[in-house]
Amino acid sequence: MPSASATLPHATRRRSSSFGDKVFALACQAAGLFVLILLGALIIELFIAGLPAFRAFGIPFVTSTDWDPVKELFGAGVSIYGTIVTAILAIFLAVPLAFGIAFFLTELAPPWMRRPVGTAVELLAAVPSIIYGMWGFFVIAPAFAQHVQPRIIDTVGELPLIGFLFQGPPFGTGLFTAAFILAIMVLPFIAATMRDVFEQVPPVYKESAYGLGATTWEVMKGVVIPYTRISVVGGIMLGLGRALGETMAVTFVIGNANRISTSLFGPGNTIASLIALEFGESETGSLKLASLLALGFILFVLSFAVLATSRYLLRSRLKV
Amino acid sequence: MSLALSFMSHPGPRKDAATAARLGASRKRADRIIRTLCLAATVIGLVLLASILITLFYRGFEAMSLRVFTHVTAPPGSEGGLLNAIVGSLIQSLIGTAIGTPIGMLVGTYLAEYAKDSWLGNAVRFVSDILLSAPSILIGLFVYQILVLPFGGFSGWAGIAALAIIVIPIVVRTTEDMLQLIPNTLREAVVGLGAPKWKMIILICWRAALAGIITGILLAVARVAGETAPLLFTSLGNNAWSTDLSKPMSSLPVTIYAFAGSPFEDWIALAWAGALLITLGVLSLNILARTLLRSRI
Repeated sequence: MPSASATLPHATRRRSSSFGDKVFALACQAAGLFVLILLGALIIELFIAGLPAFRAFGIPFVTSTDWDPVKELFGAGVSIYGTIVTAILAIFLAVPLAFGIAFFLTELAPPWMRRPVGTAVELLAAVPSIIYGMWGFFVIAPAFAQHVQPRIIDTVGELPLIGFLFQGPPFGTGLFTAAFILAIMVLPFIAATMRDVFEQVPPVYKESAYGLGATTWEVMKGVVIPYTRISVVGGIMLGLGRALGETMAVTFVIGNANRISTSLFGPGNTIASLIALEFGESETGSLKLASLLALGFILFVLSFAVLATSRYLLRSRLKV
Repeated sequence: MSLALSFMSHPGPRKDAATAARLGASRKRADRIIRTLCLAATVIGLVLLASILITLFYRGFEAMSLRVFTHVTAPPGSEGGLLNAIVGSLIQSLIGTAIGTPIGMLVGTYLAEYAKDSWLGNAVRFVSDILLSAPSILIGLFVYQILVLPFGGFSGWAGIAALAIIVIPIVVRTTEDMLQLIPNTLREAVVGLGAPKWKMIILICWRAALAGIITGILLAVARVAGETAPLLFTSLGNNAWSTDLSKPMSSLPVTIYAFAGSPFEDWIALAWAGALLITLGVLSLNILARTLLRSRI
């Protein structure tokens, strides 16, 4: 951008406008720096606040499964396990659906249908987390307890090798239900990213494949997916990052028990749900509060790593 | 033909017509199956949205009455409403957005107009993207540490600060995206007339990107209006009528959270009424934002 002020004839005018330029540029830059400082402060504050817990328990804090407020013994093991299991299971449930929706919206749907259906799917992302929590607790959990889980326990639960994952009493709430709700919540993010990257495949490539007699699915498999592979993984990582930190919906349906259940139908907790539930009952300055903040720090590190990877994988898309 | 198909997993059709027909049929069958599955996936997505909305309308309208808007929250059994929660949510979302928006716009402008490919610009863009998807509960914890602990207690201001932090990256993203859509020739024309850069940005670029920026702001309001987790540790909630921002303040999502988890029928009914209100508000803001953007671009 050429500097405008240098070409102005009038001396005072030039001074005032270059002053305005300086002020405005400075304001913009300061705002940019503010955002940097904000994230830096967030990391540092969480770490400092969690320090007493890291000091008291050391590295074993991450793997310990204790959570005993009476004996003042705290560990992150159970909630880290719950966080990772629900998030990954959610991704496994959401990715096929998201792929189907993205494929449908870019290749199969008639043009008049694309916009309303696409908007409807995106509206799923706009529904607040707490609404998913209520819906999950009052609609999905009872339905799971009465209809879905007993059937799965009787069939898949009897299988060798994987059967143990689907055993136990059908509570309705638990890790599986939490993952199911999470899957619905991250579905629109993954589907929207996939749709956007699928749309960026140059039409010529697809037309060439169609011209050779390929079917729509073959075009998808042979042209679109190889072309967009990296961005698709980036979109999935974005969904994973969201699923890790989701709080309210999970708090409603995960069952909130501090133990590692071998069955996916068993109750558990996640870092975010544990913080949301226990925070109100922790005294200022207590070791419990420090442990919760330390958990917050761990959650931040987890989601930062996933989101940074996602952004790295999606960078080619961002440049366009 | 065989060369053409070599990039796919099928061997090319032989001269044998029967084999060719069989191969074609199996390829077409696979295509049909996948198409059906994709259609099914889309239908499942739509059914889920419909299920949520139908549940909300059914249970929400059942509990809806004028009392919801005229009475404040009350102990179970007594006639209570959601007035303080609705007002608290409006105050916190609007002030939070009002504080976050100018900062977000300046950052977005910085990224699009000043620091397109600079090292600092990339760092800011990266951090803003991380903030956009970072768990909102952590923002609540952060504000608890810097505003609630040192200043002696939960307050409406702390809630506003947490929401403002959530607003910033949303506005940054839309502002930057919209400014990038403006053709450089427009900028050159303005500068060619002798306008300084700040006038070019404020009077021309911002105005040209106005619809997009307003869309971003509407989406930001919609997002923070439904946020619960960051408010749990900042504005906490308040069962009495209060518009004092230095005191704990009620909000719709936090009230829904407290009421829905309670064992009392009338509280749960109120939670559904609140859930319907907030979802209607958030979804109509989203639809409004989309229509606005589409009509201008």
